[in-house]
Amino acid sequence: MEIIENLALGFSVALSPYTLMLAIVGCFLGTIIGALPGLGPSNGVAILIPLTFTLGLDATSALVLMTAVYYGAMYGGRISSILLNIPGDEPALMTTLDGYPMAKSGRAGDALVISGVASFVGAFLSTIGLMLLAPMLARVAYLFGPAEYFALYLLAFCTLGGMASNNQAKAAIASCIGLGIAMIGVDNNSGMPRLTGGNLHLMDGIDFLVAIVGLFAIAEVFFFIESHGKGSAIGVKLGKVRIPWPDILATKWTMLRASGVGFIAGILPGAGASLGSFLAYMSEKSIAGENAGFGTGVAKGIAAPEAGNNAAAGGALVPMLTLGVPGSGTTAVLLALLMTLNITPGPTLFTDRPEVVWGLIASLLIANIVLLLMNVPMVKIFVRVLQVPAWVLLPGVTMISFVGIYSLSGSYFDLLLMVAFGVLGYVLRKLDIPTVPVILGILLGGNMEDALRRAMVLSDGDVTFLFSTPIAIVLWLAAIAGFVAPMFLRSVLKKPQRITD
Amino acid sequence: MTKRFFKALITGAAITVGATGVASAAECIAPANPGGGWDFTCRQIGKIMFDIGAVDKPVQVTNMAGAGGGLAYTHVVNERNTDDDLIIAASSATSTRLAQNAYAGMTADQVRFVGAIGADPGVIVVGKDSPFQSLNDLIDAIKADPGSVAFAGGSAVGGFDHIKPLMILQRADFTDIAKVKYIGVDGGADAITQTIGGFTQAMTGDMSEIVGFLKAGEVRVLAVLTDERVPGFDDIPTAKEQGFDVVAVNWRGMYIPRGVSDETFNSWAEKLQMVADSAEWKEAMAANGLAPFTKVGSDFQSYVDGLVAEIAQMSKDLGVIQ
Repeated sequence: MEIIENLALGFSVALSPYTLMLAIVGCFLGTIIGALPGLGPSNGVAILIPLTFTLGLDATSALVLMTAVYYGAMYGGRISSILLNIPGDEPALMTTLDGYPMAKSGRAGDALVISGVASFVGAFLSTIGLMLLAPMLARVAYLFGPAEYFALYLLAFCTLGGMASNNQAKAAIASCIGLGIAMIGVDNNSGMPRLTGGNLHLMDGIDFLVAIVGLFAIAEVFFFIESHGKGSAIGVKLGKVRIPWPDILATKWTMLRASGVGFIAGILPGAGASLGSFLAYMSEKSIAGENAGFGTGVAKGIAAPEAGNNAAAGGALVPMLTLGVPGSGTTAVLLALLMTLNITPGPTLFTDRPEVVWGLIASLLIANIVLLLMNVPMVKIFVRVLQVPAWVLLPGVTMISFVGIYSLSGSYFDLLLMVAFGVLGYVLRKLDIPTVPVILGILLGGNMEDALRRAMVLSDGDVTFLFSTPIAIVLWLAAIAGFVAPMFLRSVLKKPQRITD
Repeated sequence: MTKRFFKALITGAAITVGATGVASAAECIAPANPGGGWDFTCRQIGKIMFDIGAVDKPVQVTNMAGAGGGLAYTHVVNERNTDDDLIIAASSATSTRLAQNAYAGMTADQVRFVGAIGADPGVIVVGKDSPFQSLNDLIDAIKADPGSVAFAGGSAVGGFDHIKPLMILQRADFTDIAKVKYIGVDGGADAITQTIGGFTQAMTGDMSEIVGFLKAGEVRVLAVLTDERVPGFDDIPTAKEQGFDVVAVNWRGMYIPRGVSDETFNSWAEKLQMVADSAEWKEAMAANGLAPFTKVGSDFQSYVDGLVAEIAQMSKDLGVIQ
């Protein structure tokens, strides 16, 4: 019953009119930030942190505002994925696979509502999970050493081949391009700069947001220019939004399973929401079998990644609050916020500052309900932002991309890099090479390499160390199965690629 | 209407620019994004300097992130070399990177290190179930079999967290430092997680990174790398009292451009001393897990010179630089 008492304390903090207002404002800002291509949650939270200082908010209020923005951005990310085929943030990548085809076939409204409900289910369940399991789940992080992390990342790349393209060789090339780009910058294990050509701007490596915005948004603009503004990707019309009950009921188990998968992926430090939505999509795809038509615009293909990434958002808060280890880029920004507010996350946070933790949890529950209300009946308001004609929208997207990326580092160099990625994205799509593995390579490549190098240091270069624990062995077997299986299933696998017509 | 608004805006901007030209305010460059340690140094010290009247205008903070501080360093050396009104936040990471030539050929003597007024003490930590009860136990184990103990830390290989245990080992006459296992993970909390999980045997980091785990009883601190025991953590022994004369702290301080006069150098040193003596700074230090560590003026410059020389030599031995 301790939980009820704690929750009562939390709600007494969160339900004050001022905090409630902050939560609503945060949800609204977050959804818009998430919906705009390129301005992902970590960007959004980072941009808004100075605001909390200007407003002179106390610790709890600042946290409530920022986590509402965080959850809001996770909801909003799906809007541009579905309508524009440009993921609003990196976890929304998987939502484009089925969301955009469904929108193309005239069911944009259904896609938005299904994804909104799935987001709610994922986020709601993971908040409950956070509440019940946080102190226990913190221990999971102790079970993952370098070998286990390496196997986990390997699993992600191995299953990528069958997912991203019909041609595994092309997917593998794309992964390698991504992994190669991830190697740029200071080598963590020797402190030496690699592949930087002596350029100081490249010392920190390439920010995946620069790559994501370049490969998706800027490449989209190039295609638009090529087609002289005719038949551009933004041909999706949104009619009256109704609630597609049959689809929602049909996906209930998908949502529940995806929430579980996403939550666990979120808890693992460094994995985060991208891996959550990815694993949720892949596991649902294999459960549904080849005839389910994943990649052609099915409801389950939308529900799974959205439930997964929102559940991972909640899951990522577990290691952040209990261990001070951020589970994703955004929680890393939130961690910085906590530190500036003089709150040291760690095993004692739940006992030392219950009002902060439980106030946060209660406001997450409130934010979720607010977001469901905002995102289902009021989704048209957000869509209107994106529904302006292409010749207005695309320059706008370009501008926001430039401003968003510039705000990251304040460096013109990243802008040049972003345009270069745009060109790369254009060329790759012309060659029918998927761009999703490139992004995942950049996103996870550095972590994967670090895990391997650490494992080698600890074991004196003994390769068998990589499969020396039960967890690692299971992950390896899953990875091998994930890579081999699609080769035999080639004839039945549909091609779930980005639609570029 | 709009036109008039813009005109007003431009006029306003022109007046502002003109005004700052007459009586210029001091500027503090934080070579990182908002939220980190360098940003904290600039904002806190800048604010306190103004509050206690050490400067007559609020200190402007500019964030210039990139290359682990290298962009700001290059900027100061190449473009602001004689700017009297410029201070730049620095920490032990700055001196480590300079010693390892990580700033693209820039060297430590191209700026003047004016002072440090607080520090996050270095610590060597093991899990609560570890067989190592004292720093000597740990060092003896490494001497007997260098491969038997792996350290985890929040900095990259060759970074300051890696250097700390090596400095202790050198005092213990152990010279084969390249044999000591170290993995660099993403921050101190991650390093502790790996140590408690049993993947590494010890963690090297800063005091502020371990406070939560210490209170929860998950870890045991073998040594703190300061001159005296840290107030508030009086039961943690220093490395010095266990026979290893190592002081390795993550100091928070400032450097200024090389080309300024000695008067300017001394006046900034005085201002930092004033901040160090203020009640406001003591409060800010306590709130952020910093221990007192005041070295200003030429005293600090020679401390940094010594540090840079020692780390450069050690990095050569480790093979992270040629």
